[in-house]
Amino acid sequence: MTLNDLSQIKETELFARKKIVLRCCMAAGCMSSNSQGVKEQLEKAVIDAGLQNEIEVRGVGCMKLCCEGPLVQADPQESLFIKVTPESAPSIIASLNGGKPDVNQSDPHAAFFAKQLSIVLANSGVVDPERIESYITADGYRALHEVLTENTPKETIEIMVNSGLRGRGGAGFPTGLKWGTVAKSPGTKKYVICNADEGDPGAFMDRSVLESDPHSVLEGMAIAAYAVGADQGFIYVRAEYPLAISRLQIAIKQAKIMGLLGSGIFETPFHFNVDLRIGAGAFVCGEETALMMSVEGKRGTPRPRPPFPAESGLFDCPTLLNNVETFANVPAIYRNGAEWFAGIGTERSKGTKVFALAGKIKNTGLIEVPMGTPLRTIVEEMGGGAPDGGKIKAVQTGGPSGGCIPAQHLDTPVDYESLGKLGSIMGSGGMIVMDDSTRMVDVARFFMEFCMDESCGKCIPCRTGTVQMHNLLDKILKRKATARDLAKLEDLCDMVRNTSLCGLGQTAPNPTMSTLRFFRNEYEELLQPDTLGTDRNAS
Amino acid sequence: MAAKTLTIDGKQISAEEGETILQAATEAGVKIPTLCHLEGVYDVGACRLCLVEVKGTPKLLPACTLKVAEGMEVSTDTERLRKYRRMTLELLFAERNHVCAVCVANGHCELQALAYELGMDHVRYDYIFPRWEVDNTHRLFGMDHNRCVLCGRCVRSCWHIEGAGTKNVSGRGARSKIITDLNQPWGNSESCTECGKCAMSCPTGALFRKGSTVAESERDRTKLEFIVNAREKKQWNA
Repeated sequence: MTLNDLSQIKETELFARKKIVLRCCMAAGCMSSNSQGVKEQLEKAVIDAGLQNEIEVRGVGCMKLCCEGPLVQADPQESLFIKVTPESAPSIIASLNGGKPDVNQSDPHAAFFAKQLSIVLANSGVVDPERIESYITADGYRALHEVLTENTPKETIEIMVNSGLRGRGGAGFPTGLKWGTVAKSPGTKKYVICNADEGDPGAFMDRSVLESDPHSVLEGMAIAAYAVGADQGFIYVRAEYPLAISRLQIAIKQAKIMGLLGSGIFETPFHFNVDLRIGAGAFVCGEETALMMSVEGKRGTPRPRPPFPAESGLFDCPTLLNNVETFANVPAIYRNGAEWFAGIGTERSKGTKVFALAGKIKNTGLIEVPMGTPLRTIVEEMGGGAPDGGKIKAVQTGGPSGGCIPAQHLDTPVDYESLGKLGSIMGSGGMIVMDDSTRMVDVARFFMEFCMDESCGKCIPCRTGTVQMHNLLDKILKRKATARDLAKLEDLCDMVRNTSLCGLGQTAPNPTMSTLRFFRNEYEELLQPDTLGTDRNAS
Repeated sequence: MAAKTLTIDGKQISAEEGETILQAATEAGVKIPTLCHLEGVYDVGACRLCLVEVKGTPKLLPACTLKVAEGMEVSTDTERLRKYRRMTLELLFAERNHVCAVCVANGHCELQALAYELGMDHVRYDYIFPRWEVDNTHRLFGMDHNRCVLCGRCVRSCWHIEGAGTKNVSGRGARSKIITDLNQPWGNSESCTECGKCAMSCPTGALFRKGSTVAESERDRTKLEFIVNAREKKQWNA
């Protein structure tokens, strides 16, 4: 494979392109409402109408407005068909020559789409995720070529540092700094791991990226591997994502056949292989040290850091571990330059962030916005506010490790620091909107139950502290608790946060603490008067 | 190996490079409470009792896995740490069934000793009392899951001193359980060598030698250290 070959594939693809392209969403959301059937009927209708030379029906990844699926978009007409049924296929084909289809349409220029800025999702809903040629036509693998032939690993890391990209897994560690640390760690064998064990309730960003554009993740990993000096990569993806797994398998196979993975990539001495490792259903395996234990074939439990994975990770070798979205940002950064990327977003949070918008909101789906976009823009303009005239009460970010941001703080810009100040976290990108029918103590109990069930059981505070906190929240909800129980709960929150071994336990109290901070009255309303008299049990 | 100078509880001490804070503190006569730590097997930092404060680090770190560094300032016995340690013990006592009066390990129990030492004189949390079975199928040993604190010392001894790999952990969270082979009754185990190292390792009355009364249940810990010394340092004298 050479640069010339890439250009040739692109030219061939563009030459064969038909006048009209019908993009049909084939990501998990739309497929669950039979977009497979829609695509088949569209293909059949094209043949029945004798328009095979005019119209291409293309299976693509996520088209973002998940609540209106299955989605089909016709180009260049820019007609976006929503809730498409297989039966309506002939009328859609007929409408392309100026008829009226018997299917609802949505405006592809509405705020939900217009306010987005696509870097990670640029190819999502555009390229066919099961054809590498489609990715190459969107200038895929050009960044890898440029890095391998024109940059030293050191220069590659410098570009990453200058871009200002921070880890999209949640904590926001500077990616360039991490790459540099792994590159500098002594050792001849190094690994690159992509964390695709997305497990927060309500989050589906990484799944969508893998289903829609798997090659961008592979290309990002290859660039990272070159930068840090690794020759083996692993993608740790949860078993609950069968479609993502199968698309990754196809992508890896195609990249190997084309010589874009394997040895001597782009006729340079660089060689890099990627293998998949499938999770077995444990949320804690999204924690980096537990993930590596699991890749090694051991019980997935975290271990204390230091040593950090950059120094001693998988099989005790220096290991670079980044999240799906982080890797998916990488090719665009090298194609367009660090300055371009650093020009997007805020002072300390660069680029864009993908969110999975869910909960009590009109438009649910996948959005990508520049860092610094106010929550209000996302929730009210893009999301269209609460359905059925409800009033938005809070926005939950960061899943079981995050917090609830109350409506009065909706003008907060979305960046790592601002969300942190409100006691929440950016997290991996789950965004659950709650309206005034939601009881916040219920929310706290739900997330505590999640952490309790998902605790690995290794360290005492997380294993049994979450059980006690859950029981106390349950007691409050059942109107059996007193002020003393609430004090006990707050005491435990502080203890579990400060003494747990890994991130799961350290952040498990966050949803409780943040709802206590902003909605304390909802807790207090449920408390019963203390009939025990003197506080004999206080510490 | 270069020597490192550091401060533990205001006391200037020197330690060898590669030593843990726990080792350095023990050498210097500073006692840090531990439960999952066991001389002879590697440390996992699970029980969180040995957490210490290190100046300049916002997080509390386990002394058993934290390596010494030049100029480090460590506090092992602050008000905050004492509070957290007591709470950790309370959580443990509430988790399963730790009624000392009717336990085979009464008087020889590390959990009990820690409670005395750290002044845990009452438990503020609701006792959960889950129902766990007792595995009495082995001819020499018994396992009472109700007394288990899931420190994992038996598992580590079984794998890394004896090399049998009989003991393991199944399940997760509060449902974690020490199992024999693939969750078989202990008596049916073909991999168990009946060496008894698991029972020697156990800090509580969860693993015990059959026929041991309360008064008899003393453990021979020195044997573990003896084997490791014999293997690694070629020292054959106990």
